Amino acid sequence: MPDVINADGTVRQDEWVVVPRPEDGESLDIPSDQPALIPADLWLAGYEHFTGNDRIGVWFDSHDEPEIIADKVNELPLIGVNFPRFVDGRGYSIARLLRERFGYQNELRAIGDVLLDQLQFMKRCGFDSYVLRADKDISQAAKCLNFFSQGYQAATDTDLPLFRRRAG
Amino acid sequence: MYVYDEHDRQMAAERVAQFRDQTRRALAGELSEEEFLPLRLQNGLYVQRHAPMLRICVPYGMLRSDQLRRLARITRDYDKGYAHFTTRQNVQLNWPALEDVPDILADLAEVEMHANQTSGNCIRNTTTDQFSGVQADEITDPRPYCEIIRQWSTFHPEFAFLPRKFKVAVNASEKTDRAAIRIHDIGLQIVRNDAGELGFRVHVGGGLGRTPMVGPVIREFLPELDLLTYLEAVLRVYNRYGRRDNKFKARIKILVKALTPEGFAEKVEAEWAHIKDSPTRLTPGAIERMKGFFTEPPYEALDNATDLLARQRFENRGFDQWLSHNLDVHKKPGYAIVTLTLKKTGTPPGDVTDQQLEQIADLADEFSFGEVRVTHHQNVVLADVRQDRLLELWEAVTPMGFGTANLNTLTDIICCPGGDYCALANAKSIPVAEAIQRRFEDLDYLYDLGNIDLNISGCMNACGHHHVGNIGVLGVDKKGEEFYQVSLGGSSHHDADIGKILGPSFAREDMPEVIAKIIDVYVDQRTEEEEFLDTYRRIGIKPFKERVYA
Repeated sequence: MPDVINADGTVRQDEWVVVPRPEDGESLDIPSDQPALIPADLWLAGYEHFTGNDRIGVWFDSHDEPEIIADKVNELPLIGVNFPRFVDGRGYSIARLLRERFGYQNELRAIGDVLLDQLQFMKRCGFDSYVLRADKDISQAAKCLNFFSQGYQAATDTDLPLFRRRAG
Repeated sequence: MYVYDEHDRQMAAERVAQFRDQTRRALAGELSEEEFLPLRLQNGLYVQRHAPMLRICVPYGMLRSDQLRRLARITRDYDKGYAHFTTRQNVQLNWPALEDVPDILADLAEVEMHANQTSGNCIRNTTTDQFSGVQADEITDPRPYCEIIRQWSTFHPEFAFLPRKFKVAVNASEKTDRAAIRIHDIGLQIVRNDAGELGFRVHVGGGLGRTPMVGPVIREFLPELDLLTYLEAVLRVYNRYGRRDNKFKARIKILVKALTPEGFAEKVEAEWAHIKDSPTRLTPGAIERMKGFFTEPPYEALDNATDLLARQRFENRGFDQWLSHNLDVHKKPGYAIVTLTLKKTGTPPGDVTDQQLEQIADLADEFSFGEVRVTHHQNVVLADVRQDRLLELWEAVTPMGFGTANLNTLTDIICCPGGDYCALANAKSIPVAEAIQRRFEDLDYLYDLGNIDLNISGCMNACGHHHVGNIGVLGVDKKGEEFYQVSLGGSSHHDADIGKILGPSFAREDMPEVIAKIIDVYVDQRTEEEEFLDTYRRIGIKPFKERVYA
């Protein structure tokens, strides 16, 4: 079980598994004994089958478009966004769209090439859980989530940009 | 000039602490080189040919005298006693040690300076006209908008890992464009609409490098309060749809071209429709507050010193030449805008020693309310000099090496550091600049040639903006040997254009003669009124080609 970091820096055990996109001709391999994140388009394709199952969530890859489930996001208990490489910043935009445009309320998790120094950006864009890449020191996560005590911009953690807070 | 409050100071301190921690982890092996790379770049730190290179941010080119003195001290304490002003209005140090960089950043933070996002695939320093606030014809002072953009883009959580670097420039004059906005990823031209309201004409997708392009207009009028939400929409479209598979096709210009400017604009409008009324929308109060930092210095009520200057010019030819070329008209009577060129023959364009930095600081205090501006032509501006003290200033700067009266002439060369310093360069650029300066040492001849932009880059990354030089020189590598390709007809101003390549490249030693032949064609063919670019546009490239390759 990988450890999951919460937005407040605490760590918990977690049994969700990420089911990879099946190869051509193969079908989804959903475990029977664990809750699972499946590719979002496949969840939508099998919507009748998956809906109402709180042990099934979805994940987006960085090039995926979250718009496809815009009106259904809150039917999902957990959404993962994959960072295939930590320098691929598309996941930040996906997170903000899920939170701010589609009003997603449940858990939003960063998965993949998740490193310490990106955690605070992820938090500000709406991620509230993170699976750190296995070789990274999880004990430093809390510090890295809070390098900055505030930001100049509005983001999901504050809808008031600094120029409005300054106005008092 | 903008002054930090407790929020800015706190974030600057937190940034230094963050980078100190990151540097420690990098040195301890907890961060791989690949992982540390974007972190150090976003703190201004390159690894270069000789040593790390630190690029220090100069927001929209403004520097106070205490900041100049601090830069001088930093170059002495941590480097070899000189710095380099860049074509992005920033300052670079060429030899700092990696482990000293957190301390340098801490020293900078004490004087409200930083190196945030001066490199890396993020939103870089926003630049503007170095004459902002002092010229008569600007629609409004662009600097408050630049500072608003600076704050919005600093540590933006969504846009710190873009497909490529991203540069924004703002221009406020209808007649001139000293900020080269049309060769930026986003170029903002401040305008007023028919109703007299202030806003921006938005260009997106300009840029140099391998695929040079002039940025098309994607919105004719953006109301000023919508500035940040619209930028956010542009950046979000770019972040989501910009290419990430090929570094050379990752700039926003490639996306704009692929979608067509109209198609790109539609995508931006669709995105913007969702966020235009979000809390990021600017308020009149926020703009007013920012304008409060860019108020006029305590000017005295003066008359133009016309008679005095006429007499001084008559008595002193060198002073007369300097006034004719390095002076611009100030909006206030009795004052002048002075450009100190850092283009003395034999000195790499843009280079300054620690002593010169302190001399500039002293000049700023003595003659210009303690402030200077850095230009993308790698010169320094004293923006508020009393006309009746110009002679005194000229006498002071001449022995310092800043009195070269060649502003905007053929020898006021924009030049990147090239192969002497830069690990990316294919060829040296500084010796080429110097050889051309030596070939054209006769000032009277230079003045007769009029305004000519000569820009030199040592590689395709185009830091020397060669594509938009009236005459552009690009260093190229051919089987390990350095050659130079020449282009003609570029411009970075309102009539922005990308130069056309003249033909096969030349050996370094031939370059002064090649430039001389190009100039000869111009001199032979020009009409009385024409500048170099006018003649080129009228007669085309063929006569130049024929002469140079004869």
